[in-house]
Amino acid sequence: MSNIIRVIIAKVGLDGHDRGVKIVARTLRDAGMDVIYTGLHRTPEEVVDAAVQEDVDVLGISILSGAHMTIFPRVLKLLKERDAEDIIVLGGGVMPDEDAAALKAQGVKEILLQDTPPESIVATVRRLVAERGPK
Amino acid sequence: MAEPIPSLELVERVIAGERRAIARMLSRAEAGLAEAREALDHLYRRAGRAHVVGITGVPGSGKSTLVAKLAAAVLDTGRKIGVIAIDPSSPFSGGSILGDRIRMGEIAGHPSVFVRSMATRGALGGLARGTLEAVDVLDAAGYDMIFIETVGVGQDEVDVVRAAHTTVVVSAPGLGDDIQAIKAGILEIADVHAVSKGDKPEADKAVSELQSMLALVLPAAGFKRAVPVIKTSSPRNEGIAELLAAIDEHREYLATSGLYEVRRQSIRERRMLKAAQQVLHDEFERHREGRMAGVIAELAAGSISPQTAARRLLAHIGIEVKR
Repeated sequence: MSNIIRVIIAKVGLDGHDRGVKIVARTLRDAGMDVIYTGLHRTPEEVVDAAVQEDVDVLGISILSGAHMTIFPRVLKLLKERDAEDIIVLGGGVMPDEDAAALKAQGVKEILLQDTPPESIVATVRRLVAERGPK
Repeated sequence: MAEPIPSLELVERVIAGERRAIARMLSRAEAGLAEAREALDHLYRRAGRAHVVGITGVPGSGKSTLVAKLAAAVLDTGRKIGVIAIDPSSPFSGGSILGDRIRMGEIAGHPSVFVRSMATRGALGGLARGTLEAVDVLDAAGYDMIFIETVGVGQDEVDVVRAAHTTVVVSAPGLGDDIQAIKAGILEIADVHAVSKGDKPEADKAVSELQSMLALVLPAAGFKRAVPVIKTSSPRNEGIAELLAAIDEHREYLATSGLYEVRRQSIRERRMLKAAQQVLHDEFERHREGRMAGVIAELAAGSISPQTAARRLLAHIGIEVKR
């Protein structure tokens, strides 16, 4: 029911590459969204707890370490356990196309790879939130 | 698409401490939704137990890190702790980047801790619109102590003083001299002073400067209670227990001196006035293209002054101002 889109942007695991997420955070802020940034080296539990407490529309996880096939399924499972499956999960980073397809089949709503233009990130977030409807 | 849960249905779940319900209610409090008004009134009536502590200080003084350490110390005493961390909205896009959570670390996931980030949305004074309704929600949900971490302020934006039972001002060594503190009135707003970054060599000098300034300023301002200055070091976990003890001691002081009720009443009155301002602001925004357009046109033409226009604006919602 509230009109400002809330997004949490997280870095999970042993991955110190945060230049990309900071740019994404600014891009979403400049599109008028509230963006909560978790900082580096979070666990899936911390990220899901934060997403629940912050009542976000979207949980975006950036992974450049190659651990995406471990981390995303864990995050999806935790969201389910916390009765928070309505939170839209987005992935960002670098991964093979077949992994992206596999994760989408498991419930990640979209994977935004490294060459995604900023406008397209904003548009994707807006579209997915609109499709979900008011919360 | 599922229909949103009506706010009134969330009330009992909030009181039962259900985290998703609390989180949802906080969003609605923040958005100031008309639909949530009645539910928030219910929660307001259930609230009133929590010790509300405002934590303020200039940007970079180490507020967020200190809040995280303090929250852990509160948890160690067996109390439930809520944190509302405020960061500024961009004046250009209305969006925000809320980064206070970075410092909270793993403690934020503890079942007795609830951390929520809020954006100022153009509100001045260090608080966000809806901050105090959010405090009510956490209070009603059973959090014993609630920290409000303001945006980095330090010169005259001190709304938090009028919103919290206890105000902690965090200063860091090496950020501006004592003249800054006299100018700002930041000395007088604190019930407890914390000097952060106590592991730095300049910290002791900052503590003694602050103490001597307080000795000069407070008696002249009619203060009866000595205001403690606590040196803290977050990375070394030093001074944190002492700071919490000083905060608890202030709560005791309010109770024994009878000031607690005085402070609560002034908070209520302040909230009433703030809410009235917000209503007026919203009414104006709603009618500026319509019924208020004439007044705005006259204002633009210079045929009436802003003072006169303001009285017409009030008259428009049925308030006659004679003076």
